[in-house]
Parts: sequence; C-alpha cells; structure tokens
Amino acid sequence: MRLKKTAALWATAVLGGLTPMIAQAETTLNALFMAQAAYSEDDIRAMTKGFEEAHPDVKINLEFVPYEGLHDKTVLSQGAGGGYDVVLFDVIWPAEFAQNKVLVDVSDRITDDMKSGVLPGAWTTVQYDGRSYGMPWILDTKYLFYNKDMLAKAGIETPPKTWAELKADAQKIKDAGIVEYPIVWSWAQAEASICDYTTLLSAYGGDFIKDGKPDFQNGGGLEALQYMVDSYKSGLTNPNSKEFLEEDVRNIFQNGDAAFALNWTYMYNLANDPKESKVAGQVGVVAAPGVEGVSDVSAVNGSMGLGIPTTSKHPDEAWAYITYMTSQKVQDEFARLSLPIWKSSYDDPAVTKGQEELITAAQKGLAAMYPRPMTPHYQEMSMALQQGIQEALLGMNSPEDALGAAAENSGL
Amino acid sequence: MFSERRNLRAWLLMLPLLAVMIAVIGWPLADTVRLSLTDARLVGTGGQFVGFENFAKMFSSRNFQSAFRTTLSFTFYSVSTEMVVGVLVALLLNQRFYGRTLLRALMILPWALPTVVNATLWRLIYNPEYGALNAALTQFGLIDAYRSWLGLPGSAMAALIVADVWKNFPLVALIALAALQSVPNEIRAAAISDGANVWRRFRYVTLPYLMGPLMVALVLRTIEAFKVFDLIWIMTRGGPANSTRTLSILVYQEAFAFQRAGSGASLALIVTLMITVLAVAYLKIMRSFAGGGK
Repeated sequence: MRLKKTAALWATAVLGGLTPMIAQAETTLNALFMAQAAYSEDDIRAMTKGFEEAHPDVKINLEFVPYEGLHDKTVLSQGAGGGYDVVLFDVIWPAEFAQNKVLVDVSDRITDDMKSGVLPGAWTTVQYDGRSYGMPWILDTKYLFYNKDMLAKAGIETPPKTWAELKADAQKIKDAGIVEYPIVWSWAQAEASICDYTTLLSAYGGDFIKDGKPDFQNGGGLEALQYMVDSYKSGLTNPNSKEFLEEDVRNIFQNGDAAFALNWTYMYNLANDPKESKVAGQVGVVAAPGVEGVSDVSAVNGSMGLGIPTTSKHPDEAWAYITYMTSQKVQDEFARLSLPIWKSSYDDPAVTKGQEELITAAQKGLAAMYPRPMTPHYQEMSMALQQGIQEALLGMNSPEDALGAAAENSGL
Repeated sequence: MFSERRNLRAWLLMLPLLAVMIAVIGWPLADTVRLSLTDARLVGTGGQFVGFENFAKMFSSRNFQSAFRTTLSFTFYSVSTEMVVGVLVALLLNQRFYGRTLLRALMILPWALPTVVNATLWRLIYNPEYGALNAALTQFGLIDAYRSWLGLPGSAMAALIVADVWKNFPLVALIALAALQSVPNEIRAAAISDGANVWRRFRYVTLPYLMGPLMVALVLRTIEAFKVFDLIWIMTRGGPANSTRTLSILVYQEAFAFQRAGSGASLALIVTLMITVLAVAYLKIMRSFAGGGK
C-alpha cells in the first residue's frame, strides 16, 4: 500500500515536471539587470511585458542584482558555461569583455537608422577597438543636485558654476546653520567613489592614463583628490559619505539633510516625488561644475549597455529583446528615471515635459562626459584607486602618497 | 583467505562513496593545484605553466601580508571573545531559575540565523544616519553625535567582530552547556563542603570536564573564523581602505574580479593549507579524548 502510494507520488512528480517542458515550445531568455539607479525594477518589468506581448513565443526571465554584483555575476556565469542571454554591462567593461570574449560582437547587427539616430556619446559606451558589443541603453552622468530653499535661505541666487564656488556656497550654508553637512557624495570603497572622482578629475583637466602609464597621481587627478579631502576635512562634506553608495546619497538629500549632492539622473524625479521625498519641489539640477580656466562643466560617462553573452544559445531572440528595450518608443515612454539615447527625444515635448531643468542639465552634461579608462585591467586599477581615495580621506596617507601607491598597485 | 575476501568486500562496498568523493573533492583539488601552477585567466585562454611563480608573488605581495594579518586578528579576537562569552552564558544557563528553558531556546536564535541575514541586520544597526546603535548610545548620553562605525578602520573591525561574536557564541555555549551536565553533583557537593570558593570550584572541578569539548569548539570556530567571507563581504566589502580585507576576500578578488584564475588558485591553496593545519589539530584532539581521555 505504502509502496504504491510512493510510486504514485513519484509518477506525479515526474509527469508534473515534464508537462511544462512539453507545453513550452517557446524560447526562454534569461536576462540580468541591476537593482540600483536608472530604470527601476518596475520600469524594467513593464518594458519586458510589452516585449512579451509583441513576441508571444519568447518568455523573459528577469534577474536583478546590485550593481556591485553585476560584473562578477556576468563573468562567473560565463566560466560556468552560460546561463544568461542578455546582460546589462557598464561602460568600463567592454575592453575586458571583448578581450576575454564574454560578449558577442554585434557590430553587423546595428542598422544605419540606429547609427544615425543615437547620440554619438552613447556609442562610446559599447565600443572597444572599433567594434560594438551591445546597444547603449542607460545614458547617464553625475549631476549636481541642489536644494533650492536652502540656497535661497543662504542668499545664494544661482547654483555654483565652479567647484570653488560650490565650496564657498557650502560654507555659507553651513555658517548660516541651515544644515550641518551641506554636501553629500558616494565615496564608499566601491566604483561609486571612482565616478565622483572622475567627475572632479575631468573638471581639473586630469588624465587617468598617459602613454600606457597611470597619470592620475599627477596634475588634475591629484587636484581632484585634494578637493575631496579638503571638503571632507573642512566639514563641508557629510563625513559618512565615505561609506555611502548612490541610494544613501538620495536618502540624505531627500530627507533634507544636505544642500548639494552628486548623483545620477534617476534622483531627479524620485527626489521630486512627494511620496518618496521631504524636499519634493525644491530639487534643482545642473551639470556638475567646472574649474575656472580649465572647464565649464564636468561629467563622468556612467552609461550602460545591453549585450549578449557568447554562451547564449538564442542570440537572435536576445537581439530582438535588446532592440525593443533600447527603441526610441520604449525609452521615450520610460524617460522619468533614465533619459533616452536618441537625439530627437530631447526635442520631444512628451519627453521633456515636467523635467525641463533635467533636460537642460543633460544637454550640457552628456556632451562633456569623460570616460574612465578603457583597459582590460580596469577592475584592478579601480580597486587600487578606491583604496587610495579611502586612505587619503581617512588621513592615513597624503593625497600624493595615496595616489602614488594606487598607481603602483594599478596593474598598468 | 577469509579476511582477504572480507577486505575485498569492504572495499567494494566503499567504492561508490570513494568514487563520489574523488569526483567532488579529489578532482577539483587536483585541478586547483594544476591551475595554481599556470597563469590561466578565468575565461579565455588556457594558460601557460609558470611553476611556483604565483606562490612566490603572493608571499611577497603587500596585499597578501596585510590580508593575512587582518585574518589573524579577526580570528583571534572573535574566537577568544566567543569562548569567554560562551562559557559564561553556559554557566548561567546551567543554574536553576525561572524561565531557563525559554532562555536556552532563545540563545540558539542568533546561531540559527543565516549569516547573510545576520550581516544585514548588523549593517542596519551600525548605520551612521539612522542606526539603532547610534540612537541608543546618544540617548544614553554615551556619545554626543552619530558615528560612522563601519567607515573607520578600527571601529569597522571591532563592529565586524561584535557581529560575529553575537552570531557564534551560542555554539560555544551549547557545547559548554552539554559538557556541564556531565559534571557529577557529588564532586561539586564535596568541593563545597571542603570550603572551596566559587573560582576554585570552577577552576578545579568544572573546568577539567569542560576542557575537551571546549577544545573542539575552539578549533571548529577557529577554522570557521579563518575562512570568513560572507559577513565581511556584506558589511564592509573589505573596506574602509581595505582594513577588513581578509584572505578569503582577497581570493575572491584575485580569481573573480581580476579574473586571474591561476594566482587565485595559488592563494586558495595557501589558505587551504593553513586550514588543514587547524583541521589536523582538531582530529588530534578528538582522538586524544576518544582514547584514554574523559
């Protein structure tokens, strides 16, 4: 009796397990995204639903990981023989991914309409050595956000145009007792700190690499770190910045605990949303400042693209999904947290309405986007630099020595 | 003849298990040894034979030396605190009092939590802007402003050790509590009537019964603490300024972030070797107590 029951259970389990396999004549794609900044998880699910409705034979499995896990997850799944058909990748990885053949070269799939319609700056996100390894999707840079009420209270009429002005304004706000730490950044020992550093490096006219050798320890690169250390030590910067990521910066800023913040596009509409934020309606945004005589504005290229891992068995379906996700129609519809890659979208009232300030800042910032170095050793260089920045902030090392050690450990 | 056949049968019966063990332990280990002698990358080309170059580089690298020191200090401070706290709690829970059973059950709770959950909880507690620790300390007037516990090298390490102790002292307490049950009441009563004070009773009556089980707990916890990864990865990712980067985190970065499978494998082998030494110590202790010991 008992045996019969067990046998019946086994049979049900086996058949039950088989049925979906038989019924599923469709293709299932596994896609890897991040749950951090830019498009929200809800946005991506809604876009994907639109694709599935248009392609009933394709089903998409979505997976979301924090940005910090995205690179390693992509590489590891490769080593383990695949798993993903579409992956989101950062602008700093194409060199490494191309050299190690992690992503499919899609140069021949890109049409002339795409080539002419997408902003030229966006293409640099997916290219290495003249070949394209995906489609740009998130066009992003760090902007300077400011709290309009706090600036008005301190008698500041226009947002700062140079980093020196930013410092002076922050001092005024601090002295007036409006907020204890006027500036907040994402300086945790993570890639986020490199993005803030790159913004400053570009403002001071620095270089990461010169003639194949690290050069961030000299000139503009050194001045960038000196600025960071200076604003940290003078109490103008929230000291907890050195353990913050982007979401922490957003929390501090929208809680009304900072007058200035450096962050990605997505913060604009979230910090202006009364359901999320205590400072809704007071949020201003401009391109990050420049340095007198060197630059007008500064910006880091923080864009990301969608690509197909070489281990995917369904590259055609994957490309169909990528073209849908990056299409102008879809990007225009979801332009609140991430701005489109398409030139003409910036003149489309449906896109710009209600976020004119952001669009104006974007037009300046996106044009000035400075790249982090395209090198297959990027991860190593970045980690050495992250350590150097932390050492300098903590006062364990002078900015000169910290960057010197980072250059030595950078693997370049 | 008879014993030979029995031997053969024993080997035959063990064969499936041996095959499985070779497949899941032996082969990966052998492959790691092979990888450690090459300059292989994680993906892409197979890699050239480079002899012991990876090992030589590793031993002389500053990163390895600092990670080794970090691992040692994390292991020493967290395990020694766990041992002391564990024994004290066990002594308390061995007393008869109202609610003892409930307390004994509650004590297991931290140990039963997955490390990932534990690490996330503590990260929230230490949060510099809205963490419970900051709130408690300022409200009691012990500090005058919120602090960044995970943002400074010294306090980050201490914070990690506290989180590790909170999760793992119950294991020590549990083992010690079990051992305490085996202390014969007559001896304790005799010691009391001989006028031995509390400390002497603990030192000469209770402790000898605890030593064996505590040694086992000590070695097990040392092995675990030595290979710590998840707790640190979630709470500090090795920061600030790499002050909490242990050997396991270095292995991960070398092999997966920098994709140097070869030198990653050599580093992993070095760590394995160190843990093997601890494991041998564990086996020795187990044997000495299984043989003539208590």
